[in-house]
Amino acid sequence: MQMQLLDRFPGTPAPSNPRSRPMETGRWPGGAPHPTPSLSSAMEIVYVYVKKRSEFGKQCNFSDRQAELNIDIPPNPELAEQFVERNPVDTGVQCSVSMSEHEANTERFEMETRGVNHVEGGWPKDVNPLELEQTIRFRKKVEKDENYINAIMQLGSIMEHCIKQNNAIDIYQEYFDDEEAAEMMDEAPSAKTINVFRDPQDIKRTATHLSWHPDGNRKLAVAYSCLDFQRAPAGMSSDSYIWDLENPNKPELALKEAASLCPLLPTPVLPFTPSCYAPAPACWDTRKGSLVAELSTIEFSHRDPVYGTIWLQSKTGTECFSASTDGQVMWWDIRKISEPTEVVVMDITRKEQLENALGAISLEFESTLPTKFMVGTEQGIVISCNRKAKTSAEKIVCTFSGHHGPIYALQRNPFYPKNFLTVGDWTARIWSEDSRESSIMWTKYHMAYLTDGAWSPMRPAVFFTTKMDGTLDIWDFVLKQCDPALSLKVCDEALFCLRVQDNGCFIACGSQLGTTTLLEVSQGLSTLQRNEKNIASSMFERETRREKILEARHREMRLKEKGKAEGKDDDQRDEELVSDLQAMVGAAEQEFFDIIYTELKKKEADAMKRKPKIQERVAEDQEAEGDEDTLEAEGAEEET
Amino acid sequence: MAEVEETLKRIQSHKGVIGNMVVNAEGIPIRTTLDNSTTVQYAGLLHQLTTKARSTVRDIDPQNDLTFLRIRSKKHEIMVAPDKEYLLIVIQNPCE
Repeated sequence: MQMQLLDRFPGTPAPSNPRSRPMETGRWPGGAPHPTPSLSSAMEIVYVYVKKRSEFGKQCNFSDRQAELNIDIPPNPELAEQFVERNPVDTGVQCSVSMSEHEANTERFEMETRGVNHVEGGWPKDVNPLELEQTIRFRKKVEKDENYINAIMQLGSIMEHCIKQNNAIDIYQEYFDDEEAAEMMDEAPSAKTINVFRDPQDIKRTATHLSWHPDGNRKLAVAYSCLDFQRAPAGMSSDSYIWDLENPNKPELALKEAASLCPLLPTPVLPFTPSCYAPAPACWDTRKGSLVAELSTIEFSHRDPVYGTIWLQSKTGTECFSASTDGQVMWWDIRKISEPTEVVVMDITRKEQLENALGAISLEFESTLPTKFMVGTEQGIVISCNRKAKTSAEKIVCTFSGHHGPIYALQRNPFYPKNFLTVGDWTARIWSEDSRESSIMWTKYHMAYLTDGAWSPMRPAVFFTTKMDGTLDIWDFVLKQCDPALSLKVCDEALFCLRVQDNGCFIACGSQLGTTTLLEVSQGLSTLQRNEKNIASSMFERETRREKILEARHREMRLKEKGKAEGKDDDQRDEELVSDLQAMVGAAEQEFFDIIYTELKKKEADAMKRKPKIQERVAEDQEAEGDEDTLEAEGAEEET
Repeated sequence: MAEVEETLKRIQSHKGVIGNMVVNAEGIPIRTTLDNSTTVQYAGLLHQLTTKARSTVRDIDPQNDLTFLRIRSKKHEIMVAPDKEYLLIVIQNPCE
């Protein structure tokens, strides 16, 4: 019996009549059937083969059984010795689409570089340019043309005009060649924000101090800390950052544990930066990374937060000094930072008593005057000290008082070191070393507290101040004395610190929320104007002189008062105290005016006697006394 | 004819004038006071430049036209007075 097995291509539908076609089953010699492949009419590939039933063999009976372990080959570590580990293995393991590369060459485009030789061109075809006769003939013909004559006449007249013009003057002459470029004064002072660097931490801290990198000024170090005493919330980071000016999104380097109030100062020589909030000054080396490089020991360092540090100009470049509100100023050598090299107590009674000492808030040191330094205190007094004094008592040279609150900024004028700027309470004051009783110039009382100030390094008459209401004021007392030359609202929150770059163009200011803003001032405010140095120095001198005269007057008056008081009885003095204050003030004023008047009269009488040359001097004195007059009349609100 | 001569002579006699020439629309020098090779060079170059200048002026404003062209160089000044068919070129050394 034969059976036909149709091996249909899987998935294809069955044709309607599977046995429609009669099959020819061929027979091999020997009786074995051979298959005949065929193609069905429905495009199905069908393979048909024939097999005898007796050749089928036994029926398959499948049954389940358990898994049988056929062979178990345990690992043999000894075999590993026959192999050598290959390292590295350079085998690519990747499952990706395989691609092939082909090159095709396009048809070449032939190019050639050739020059063209221009010879006399334009000659009409019949004229040969080389033959003189023909060209002359042609020219003559043209000259006979009516058109030619008219054209030439016309052109000639135009041409003559220009020739004569040329001969008359040089119309291309450069005027004002030797004059220096532009009077910058015409432009109104302005400043614009260039970049804003925000504190990347979530809990915002105040940016308390800024410093510029000494070379290139491309980096800015910003110190962050929480100014509310011991109220720093948990989780507040204590990092300070060094920013690269080009990248305001991410700080370049973070200095860990540098929650400092006080300056991160790049040193003049090495890339260390001293800093401190916690009483111990610490050093970071930017070359080594962001962790503290050196830290001083608590026993020997300050007991209160350190508010000011400055690097000293020394041969080794490793000396710095720091001041803190515990009333001490300490000198350190970075190489041996565990202990200060010298300590001075800010006790103005010169008794070295720490209890009497005034807390120091700001430090000032000018490298051109290496033995002197100044300290601004919380009590509003500036103490000028001499480092080289033999006894500690002599270290404190003199004091300047005049502020009502802590002096947050103290800086000498870079052009005239005898004058220095202090910023504290609601005013900024300019002092001269000669006049110790009071400042020589001061701003009016503002509505908001002043937090920081600095001179411009390029112009002796320009200084900057920041206020608690977020404004930055730029003062130019050559231009305007009553108000700032420019007042900018930088941000809504308070501004705490300010730093001017050495070229006088860029200012960075830090705010309460840790935002540091970089501003560029206009050219007029950062380039030295003509005569500015002279004007500024004469203003300083004039004001100093005025103060001196006032001082002298006050001294005289005090002596007189002393004399009078000793003469009177105690009872009378009591009575005076009880009586009306207004009357007393009026009496004092009246007395003062009388004195002035008599002085004036005397001077006039003198002048009459002397020659006219001396009248000038008298006029000056009168002016000085006139100043005093107006000073008294307007009260403490006078500005210079 | 005589006026032309006179005009050109007058121009030549002005202070500082080095030379002058008249060039026609095709760039052929009709009349010149300089030597041939220099003339040919000036004529060819300035003709092209004048055409370019004129087309520039007219491109910007078709109602406009080139009236005069002055080229000041370190050594002298070349002045070109263009016409519809001819160009008058003068080279002058301005006295300063």
